[in-house]
Amino acid sequence: MELALSAEDAAFRDEVRAFIADNYPAEMRVPNPETDLSKEQSLLWHRILYKKGWLAPLWPKEYGGPGWSITQRFIFEQETSRAGTLPPLAFSVTMVGPVIYTFGNEAQKKKFLPRILSGEDWWCQGYSEPGSGSDLATVRTKAVRDGDHYIVNGHKTWTTLAQHADWIFCLVRTDPKAKPQSGISFLLIDMKSPGVTVRPIITIDGSHEVNDVFLEDVRVPVANLVGEENKGWTYAKFLLGNERTSMAGIGRSTRYIGKLKQIVKAEIPADDPAHLEFLRDIARIELDVLALEATELRVIARMARGIDPGPAASLFKIRGTEIFQAITELTHRAIGNYGLAIREHPVSANHFMPGPDYGHTASEKYLNARKLSIYGGSNEIQRNIIAKAVLGL
Amino acid sequence: MDIQFTEEQELLRSSVQRLLRDRYDFETRRKIVASEGGFSREQWDAFAELGLLAAPFSENAGGLGGGPLSTMIIMHEFGRHLVVEPFIETVVLAGGLIERVGTPEQQQSFISGIIDGSKIWTLAWAEKGSRFDLANVTTRARREGSGYVLSGAKTTVLAAPWADYLIVSARTSGEDRDRSGVSLFVVDRRAAGLDLQSFKTIDGRRAAEIGLREVRAQLLGLEGEGVAALEAGRDRAIGALCAEAVGAIGELNAATLDYSKTRKQFGTTIGSFQVLQHRMVDMFIAHQEALSLMQHFSLSLSAGDSGLSRLASGAKSKIGYAGKFVADQAVQLHGGMGMTDELNVGHYFKRISSINIQFGDPAFHVLRYAQLDAAA
Repeated sequence: MELALSAEDAAFRDEVRAFIADNYPAEMRVPNPETDLSKEQSLLWHRILYKKGWLAPLWPKEYGGPGWSITQRFIFEQETSRAGTLPPLAFSVTMVGPVIYTFGNEAQKKKFLPRILSGEDWWCQGYSEPGSGSDLATVRTKAVRDGDHYIVNGHKTWTTLAQHADWIFCLVRTDPKAKPQSGISFLLIDMKSPGVTVRPIITIDGSHEVNDVFLEDVRVPVANLVGEENKGWTYAKFLLGNERTSMAGIGRSTRYIGKLKQIVKAEIPADDPAHLEFLRDIARIELDVLALEATELRVIARMARGIDPGPAASLFKIRGTEIFQAITELTHRAIGNYGLAIREHPVSANHFMPGPDYGHTASEKYLNARKLSIYGGSNEIQRNIIAKAVLGL
Repeated sequence: MDIQFTEEQELLRSSVQRLLRDRYDFETRRKIVASEGGFSREQWDAFAELGLLAAPFSENAGGLGGGPLSTMIIMHEFGRHLVVEPFIETVVLAGGLIERVGTPEQQQSFISGIIDGSKIWTLAWAEKGSRFDLANVTTRARREGSGYVLSGAKTTVLAAPWADYLIVSARTSGEDRDRSGVSLFVVDRRAAGLDLQSFKTIDGRRAAEIGLREVRAQLLGLEGEGVAALEAGRDRAIGALCAEAVGAIGELNAATLDYSKTRKQFGTTIGSFQVLQHRMVDMFIAHQEALSLMQHFSLSLSAGDSGLSRLASGAKSKIGYAGKFVADQAVQLHGGMGMTDELNVGHYFKRISSINIQFGDPAFHVLRYAQLDAAA
């Protein structure tokens, strides 16, 4: 076991660091990149990474990946998140892309993969439905074959950034008589198709991130079916595995702890007994991060030796989200009375916000972070996975 | 031992319940919050008409003599309906201060305007660097003729955009963090030299940053004795905030329990999963404890017990943590729905978050509770 990076890996880390410093668009350094950027602005970094050939670290070289080792991928993920860069859209790059190159046919690979890399197509995820949250296998959206098309009817929900999307990848039921998991197919649907309607869902932080997507008699070419009909559940699970690997969020947590320390220093006098309390709380979170990072490194090292990490992703998801929630709570507390204020959305310079700049997004971040233990398979579901798959309960 | 409400208290409770049930449903509240002004004068008038704005005041002051227990009863129901109108600011804080430290003339001229609903008040105590310390006051007051002029700045003043009058803490002597030398003043919100920058709060209310440049003011209470008055005011406000929090906690528990009995996943109601059952049992226990402590503290407030202020911090802390736990879990158990602006659950979450900041967070108050014990 080796904690230090090899000379090559250290050089790679320095190269990534320098590239970010030289190229990350200043225009994207806004108070809350997740809510404050237009679609075009949020694609600026995407395009820079694309030109550099670094857009899709996970992808094999033949499809446009950079051909990095597992360790290099990890370093890249760590450096980009520590630097606070907005990652390229996960739904496109980490989710649907790998499904297409792993299970799609040649025509699909040719059609979709280059457009994902270039940023031409924006994808969203049609998984959850009002009746299918944690129990995803019960999707009810129906796809009925009609010649060369499927006719799709249903209601998808919690669809992140569907308002910008060109395409949606959907789990649809193609065999209503089969067992829940076996009658599902994985379908790619053009958002411009007649019958697709997007309705915003405003969340408790006031932002518009998620949507309802209604599908009414939408005609989808059979050519847009990925893999085999009724095998969609396999692809869906494959995709969810990719979704969870980055959830430890070490880089993000480290960055927010840094900010939190500055806020505590500025807001709470050293002779206030609360100061020591904050230092202790922050230290405990730092130790949580350290332990999770060490766990992540251990898993990465095993993966580099070809060992399947199994449900390690569930552990990362549980602890990564709990840690980040704790950081946002502490930050919200650290700004004291200013935590009463919240920015209005859509964000505008005309709205007055009290207190120092560093506190302006604390309330919305705190509220928004409540979603982390719910989405991507709730933390209760992740615990079930570990109980079953690891502990054999 | 449970509180045995008197007939009058029962009547108060049922009439508030009826009023809010009839005219303060969640959709009505949503419209009020989204309106230009952000609060409803019509609702306020209805509160006045029902006597709610008179309830806690003594009969001498023109009130109904209900004291802190009537405040508890009203705020518990307000918490259940997420009422945004400034009852605590106007009646409990400003009204309470005027009644306790105001001159007979001030009581005469100000309390009637509170009781009839024509005037809204608030308290401006916090400053940029004060955090939750009532004595950390840099705003200065200078005597001029028969009155005073104030200069300085106050921060996160809840309900200020709605208010007709403010009670402002300002320093008449001493250093920035001295306990003595702070005095209270009545300021007309529209006075010359008063600058107000409004903003929205997480729980759908309005607040403001306030700049004071040579603003004319009249003294309320004894010069230099403002901190003790503020502390007593905070104790009463804590009684009200705790009751409001307990009302919200009860609603969250009821909504979560109801949801867990109807929401189906994996072929069964989610309430049948043991891990969620235990969670909801803990939420139930948190509610029971909070409710008990709320009653205990309000009874102590009524009796004017010694050690009241320490108990206030204890209640604020314990009920604050209970509220945070219940609100977190209520959102979690509602899943994505708990995150939406559409469902009331998230709004209770936000009100509880806001209560947990007002006059100090649970961590501040548990520390104060410990320190007051050590000092005794």
